[in-house]
Amino acid sequence: MSNLTVDVKRPPLSFTMPVVAVLGACFGFVTGNIFGQAWLGFVIGAVIGAGLAGILAQIVQVRLWQKVWGTCAVFALAGLIAGGIGGLVGGAVMGLSMGWFATWIGSGQYRAGVPIYYTAGQTLWHNVFLFICAFVFFFLVAPLFPVIWLSFNAENFFTFTPEMLAFQAEGYSLKHYREFFSGGGHPVQGILYGAVIGAVLGALVQLLPNVQRGLARVVVFAVVGALIGVVVGKMWGVSGAEWMTPLKNSLIIAPFATLISVSLGTLAAIGLSQTHVPGRQAIMAVLISPMIVPLIISATGMFFFYAPLGNWLEANLGLNQTFVGYVKVILAHAALGVPFVIITVTATLVGFDPSLTRAAANMGANPVTTFFRVQMPLILPGVISGGLFAFITSFDEVVVVLFVGSAQQQTLPWQMFTGLREQISPTILAAATILVTISICLLTTVEVLRRRSEKLRGMSPG
Amino acid sequence: MKLLTTFTATTALCAAGSMAGAQDMVDDMTLVSWGGAYQNSQIEAYAKPYMEMNPEVSITWDESSNEAVAKLRAMNEAGNITWDLVDVVAADALRLCDEGLAMEVDHDELLAPAPDGTDASDDFGDLIVSDCFIPQIVYSITFGYRSDMVPEGVDAPDDICDVFDLETYPGKRSLETRPINNMEWALICDGVPKDEVYDVLATEEGQDQALAKLDTIKDDVIWWSAGADTPQLLADGEVFMGSTYNGRLFSAIEEQDQPIEMMWDAQVFDLDGWIIPTGLSDERLARVQDFVRFATDTQRLADQAAYISYGPARESSAPLVGEHAELGIEMAPHMPTAPENSENVFVFNYGFWADYRDDIDAKFQSWLAQ
Amino acid sequence: MSDSTETGPVLAADGSPLKQSLAKALRREKMRALALIAPLLFFIVLTFIIPILSMLFRSVENQIVSDTLPGTVAAIQDWDTDSGDAPDEIVFQHLFIDLFNADEAKEHTKLGSRLNYEQSGLSSLFRSSGRNVDDIGESFQDPLEEIDPAFEEADFWYDMMNGAGGEGLLEERRAMWEAQEGDTLAGDVGFVPSQAMIDLLPWTTTAYTDFAIWTAIEDEDVVAEEEPWEAVYGALGMDLRNPETVAAIAEYDGPGAAQLQAVVDNLDRLPETSFREAFAEIDEDWLDPEVWGTISVYSPNYTPGYFLTAIDMKLGADGVEAQPEDRQLYIKLFNRTLFMSLVITGSCILLGYPVAWLLANLPLRTANVLMILVLLPFWTSLLVRTSAWKVLLQQQGVINEILVWLGFVDDANRLILMNNQTGTIIAMTHILLPFMILPLYSVMKTIDPSYLRAAKSLGATNFVAFWRVYFPQSVPGIGAGSILVFILSIGYYITPEIVGGTDGVFISNRIAYHISSSLNWGLAAALGSILLVVVLALYWLYDRIVGIDNVKLGG
Repeated sequence: MSNLTVDVKRPPLSFTMPVVAVLGACFGFVTGNIFGQAWLGFVIGAVIGAGLAGILAQIVQVRLWQKVWGTCAVFALAGLIAGGIGGLVGGAVMGLSMGWFATWIGSGQYRAGVPIYYTAGQTLWHNVFLFICAFVFFFLVAPLFPVIWLSFNAENFFTFTPEMLAFQAEGYSLKHYREFFSGGGHPVQGILYGAVIGAVLGALVQLLPNVQRGLARVVVFAVVGALIGVVVGKMWGVSGAEWMTPLKNSLIIAPFATLISVSLGTLAAIGLSQTHVPGRQAIMAVLISPMIVPLIISATGMFFFYAPLGNWLEANLGLNQTFVGYVKVILAHAALGVPFVIITVTATLVGFDPSLTRAAANMGANPVTTFFRVQMPLILPGVISGGLFAFITSFDEVVVVLFVGSAQQQTLPWQMFTGLREQISPTILAAATILVTISICLLTTVEVLRRRSEKLRGMSPG
Repeated sequence: MKLLTTFTATTALCAAGSMAGAQDMVDDMTLVSWGGAYQNSQIEAYAKPYMEMNPEVSITWDESSNEAVAKLRAMNEAGNITWDLVDVVAADALRLCDEGLAMEVDHDELLAPAPDGTDASDDFGDLIVSDCFIPQIVYSITFGYRSDMVPEGVDAPDDICDVFDLETYPGKRSLETRPINNMEWALICDGVPKDEVYDVLATEEGQDQALAKLDTIKDDVIWWSAGADTPQLLADGEVFMGSTYNGRLFSAIEEQDQPIEMMWDAQVFDLDGWIIPTGLSDERLARVQDFVRFATDTQRLADQAAYISYGPARESSAPLVGEHAELGIEMAPHMPTAPENSENVFVFNYGFWADYRDDIDAKFQSWLAQ
Repeated sequence: MSDSTETGPVLAADGSPLKQSLAKALRREKMRALALIAPLLFFIVLTFIIPILSMLFRSVENQIVSDTLPGTVAAIQDWDTDSGDAPDEIVFQHLFIDLFNADEAKEHTKLGSRLNYEQSGLSSLFRSSGRNVDDIGESFQDPLEEIDPAFEEADFWYDMMNGAGGEGLLEERRAMWEAQEGDTLAGDVGFVPSQAMIDLLPWTTTAYTDFAIWTAIEDEDVVAEEEPWEAVYGALGMDLRNPETVAAIAEYDGPGAAQLQAVVDNLDRLPETSFREAFAEIDEDWLDPEVWGTISVYSPNYTPGYFLTAIDMKLGADGVEAQPEDRQLYIKLFNRTLFMSLVITGSCILLGYPVAWLLANLPLRTANVLMILVLLPFWTSLLVRTSAWKVLLQQQGVINEILVWLGFVDDANRLILMNNQTGTIIAMTHILLPFMILPLYSVMKTIDPSYLRAAKSLGATNFVAFWRVYFPQSVPGIGAGSILVFILSIGYYITPEIVGGTDGVFISNRIAYHISSSLNWGLAAALGSILLVVVLALYWLYDRIVGIDNVKLGG
C-alpha cells in the first residue's frame, strides 16, 4: 500500500486547531481533576491546545522535532513552577504528547501511512488502529518499568517510597545490585584473559580466507571476549554466593539442555518432515507432550525417573554426586525444551525445497556434507529460534528443577522463587533488570544473525 | 528395632569417635532449611562455629524446607536420600514420622544435656511433640498492624477479636490460606472458651460456626501463602493488620523501620526443628548426630536468638539470650515466649490437626471458592 | 518411460521390477525417517512419557491397605457393612497380627495417613493403636510366663516351632513382609515352621514365622536366640480359645508338650477379654462401623476413590455418592480453570491480532525491531513479571496511585485489580500474549496482500475485504495461538498463586497443594489425569481442525 501514498499536504488550521484542542481538553480535564476543577481544566486545556496548534503552525522555519521538544520544555517548566518535581514530570509528558500531536496533525503526517484515496473515516480508523497497537506494545513492556525502577530502591521492599517518587537521591541505591554481584571470583582477571583470547581469536579469523579484514573486527572480538571473560571470571570457582552461584548453575544447565534438545530435536524434525513417516501424528503428539502436561505433574513424575537414574550413575559408573545432579537437571530441561525445537524447525522445513538435497547428492556430496552444507544453513534461523525457546525454557524453569535438582544445582529462578517466598527483596528485581539487559543483547544478536542468514539465502532484507 | 540398634551403635561410636579424632564420619553434609533470615541465623549460630571446630566439614544448604515433605517422600521412594538433616515445622515432622520418612530418635541419648545436667528431654519438655522431632525454636503466628492506619480516637488493637471488628478497625486483613489458626481464632472470637476450641472444631457444627465467623470479614481478607507476604502487604499499606511469623514482623519493625506494631494477643505457639531422614548410611548418620548434638545445645540455641526473634526451645537457653547481633537491642523482650508477650497464648494442637487437616482443609477451600 | 508401452513388468535400472524397487525405496525412506526420529522419541518416551504415566497411575493404586493389613482385609469380606455394628472377633484377631507386624515395619502410620484422607481421625487411630498393640500381647505374655518360665526362653520357642513341612507358610509370610515393606527380603531365615505346629497352633505358628523372618532378615539376628514378640503370645492366646486346639494339645507329644499342657490346665489365668474388647479399650473408634466401612471400601488393590474425589463424589459404603455441598470444590475449580483459560485466550486474540497484523504488514526491519518488544517480556523471568504485576495492580499499587493522584478514583474506594480473577486474567494475558502473537505473525506473513487489494478493487469495503478475504486465511494462526495459550494457561499455577487471591486460583494450584503439602498424591494424580485428558482432547480436536503441523512459533 505504500506505493499508493503521495506527498503529504498540510491541513488547514480550521482542522488542526479543533483536533489539537480536543487532546488539550482531555489533558486539561485530567489536570483539572487533580485540583477538583475538571471542567474548568477542560476549557483551559482546549484553549491551550488550539492556541498551541495555531502558534506551531506559524513557526515554519524550525524543524519538527525542535517544535516538539520546545513544547515539552515549556510545559515542563510550567509544571515545575506549578507543582514541583511531580509537576515537572507530568508537564514534560503532557508537553511531549501535545507537541508531538500538534506537529503530527499540523504537518499532515497523519496521512503519511494511508493511500491517497482513503476517506477521513478510514484515515481516522487507520490511526486509531496504530494507537491500539501502540497500546498493546505498551502493555507488553510496561511491567518492566516498575521492575527496573524498583530495583534501585533503597529499602528492602517492593514499594515506591515517597523519597523515590520525589526523585530524592536518598531514596535510591545500588545496594541490590551489589548484593546480586556479591561473592564470586575474579572479574578483572577474567576481563584481561577474555580480551586477550578474543583478540587472538580475532587475529586468527583474519587469516581465514573469504573474511572481510580490518582492525575493527579484532577489536570486536576482544570486546566480546572481555565480556565473556568478565562473566567467566566472576563465576569461576564461586560457591555459596547467594546469587552468583545460582547464576552460574543456570549458565551451566541451560546451554547444555539447549544443546541436547536442539541436536536431537533438529534430527527428529528433519525425520518428521520426510514425505512418508509412519504414525506421524502420534509421534508428533508424543514429542510435543512435555509442553502440554501440567508442570507440577511432570516435575514429580520426572523425579521418580531421575532419582534412580542418578543412583545408578553414581553406583555403577562411580560418578560424582554433584556431576550427576547436573546431568539430571540438564536431561529434564532438555525434555522440556524439545517441543519448542520440534515446532519451530518443522515449521522452517515446510518451506524447504527437497530438490536442493537431491541436487547436492547429485553433485556427489555425501548425506553428512549435504546436511551441514545445504540443509543446515537454510533451516538455521528455525534452529536458532527453537534453540532460544529451549534455552529460555530452561533458564526460566522453576518447578521441575525444584524437584529434580538438589542444592548444588540451585538455579536463578529457584533462587528467585525462594527469595520471593522467604524475603521479598528488590535484589530479585536487580537480577531481573540484568536479565532484561542480557535479553536485549541476545535478541539484537539474533536479529543480526537473522539478517545475515537472509542475505545468505539471497532474500531481500526488506 | 533395626534403627534403634544402628542408632545405639552409632552413638556409642560417636562418643568414642569424638575422642579418637572423629573417624567414620563423612565430611559433607546437606542441611535443608527455609532460606532467608532464618537460615542465616542457623548458619551464624550453628554452622559457622561447628565448621570452625571441624574445619574438614563442608555444609551445603538447600532452601527446600517448604517442599521438604514431598521431596523427602519422593527421595525415600526412589531410595536416594541426598539430605542429611531437614528443618521442618513440628506439624510436618509429625507427618514425616507417620510416613516413616523421619528417623525416631532417643532425645536423651542424642542431645546434649543442659549445663546443669538436666536431661535433654526434660530441658525441651513438652516441645518434643514427636519421636522424630528435635525442637529448635518456638515461634509464633501473630498479628501485626500499621500503627499509622489506626483510626483516630480509637485505641490501638490489642485483642485478637479486633481482627473481626470491622467497624472499629476498618481496613483489610491478611490471613493465611489455610484453616489452621484461622478457625481457632474465629471460634475464640465467637465466644467459645479457649480450652474447648478443639472439641468444638472436631464437629461439623463447630467448623460451620468458625467459617460463619470468618465469613463476616471474608470480603476484607487478603490471603497469604508465603511468609514474606504479610510484611510486604503491611509495608505497602495494602492491609491494616495481618497474621504472620513473629520473626518477620520483628524484622519489618526493627530492621526495616516500618510503622508496624505487634499485637501479641492470642498468638499461636508453633515449633520448628530438625528431623533426620531415614535411610542414611552409618557414616552420614554419625556426622549428622555429631552436628545435631552441637547445634541444639544450650548455648547454640541461645546464640541463634541474636539473629532472629524466635525463642530457643530449651528452657536452659532462655536466660542466655543476649543482644541482637547487628542492632544491639536486647532480644529477650521480642521473644514470643517473653512473659509480657505471652499473656494470652494459644498452643497449636498437633494431634488434632494431623487428624483433621485434610478434611477441614477441603471444607475451608470449598468455602474460599464460594 | 517408453518402456511403459511394452508388455511385461516395468524394470528398474538394476533389473528388478519397478514396483518392487519403488516399494523398497519407500521402505528405505520410511526407515531413514524413523531412524532420524528414533533417538529423540526414545529419549522423550524414556525420560518423560513413562515417568508421567507411572505418576498418573497412582490415581488408582491402593495396594497399601491390603499390603499392610492382609489378614484383616481378607477376613472383612464376610462382614456385612449394613449390620450397623463393627465386625466379629475373627477380624480383630487378624487385625492384631497385622497391626503388630505393621508397627514393627513402621507401616501402620502410613496406612493411617492414607485412610485419613477418607475419614478424619484414622491417622491418630492407627498411630495410637500401633503404640498400644503390644499391650494386648503382653496381657497374654505375663500370665504365660508365670505359668511356665520356659515361655520366656528363646530356644524353647525355637525348638517347639522349628521343624519341617512348613516351607509353604514360610514363603507365604515372606511374601506378606515383602508386600508390607515394598522391598525384597531374600535370605536364609534359619527357621522352618513345623507342620505339626501349623496343624496344632495355626495362629501362633504364623505369628512366630512373621517374627522369625523379620528377626533373621531385617534385624540380622539369630532366630533361636531371640525372645519372640508379644504378638506370638497373643496368638497363642487366640489358639487356646479354640476348644479343638485345647483337646488336640492333650494328644500332642512333640517339643513343648508339657508346657502347653500346663497352660491348658491353667487356662483361667489367661485374660478373658476378647480382642474386639481389647481394641475397643485402646480406642473405642474400633467399634465404630464407619471406620470399618472405610477400611472395607478401600481394601481393594485398585480404587476409583481418587477419581471420584476429583469430581466431588465419594465412595460411601453404599456406593458412589455426591460430596456434601460444603466440601465440593474440584468441579468448580475445573470449570473456573476452563472458563478463565478461555477468557485469557480470548483477550490474547483481541490484543494479539492487531499487533500481529501490524508486524506482518510492516517492512521486515521495522517489524523485527518491534518484535523485540514482543519477545522482551517473554524473556523476562515469569516470577519477575508476576511480581511486577503485583506492584502495578495492588490497591496501593502504581495504577491505583496514578488514578487516585489524577482524581479519577476516590482514595477510599481504590480499584480491586488483584487477588481476584481480574488480576489473574491481566497478568496471564500479559504472560501468554507472545505465544499468541508469534504463531499469528508467522501465519499472516504467508498471506499474500494482493488478495486484499483484489477484493478492494472489486468493490469490497475495507471491512468486508478484511472479514471475507483476510480473516479466513488467518484462522490457522488464531487456532495455533489459541491452542498454545489455552493449553499453557490451564496448566499454570505460579501466577494464579501470586495474583489470584481466592477466586483466581486454578486447578493446578490444588494439584500442587496435594503434591507438596497434603501428600495426597493419588488425588493429585487423579486431578492431573483429568486435566491431561482435557488437554489431549483439545489437542486431538485441534489436530482435526487445523493440523498440528501448522503450529508455528515465529522462526
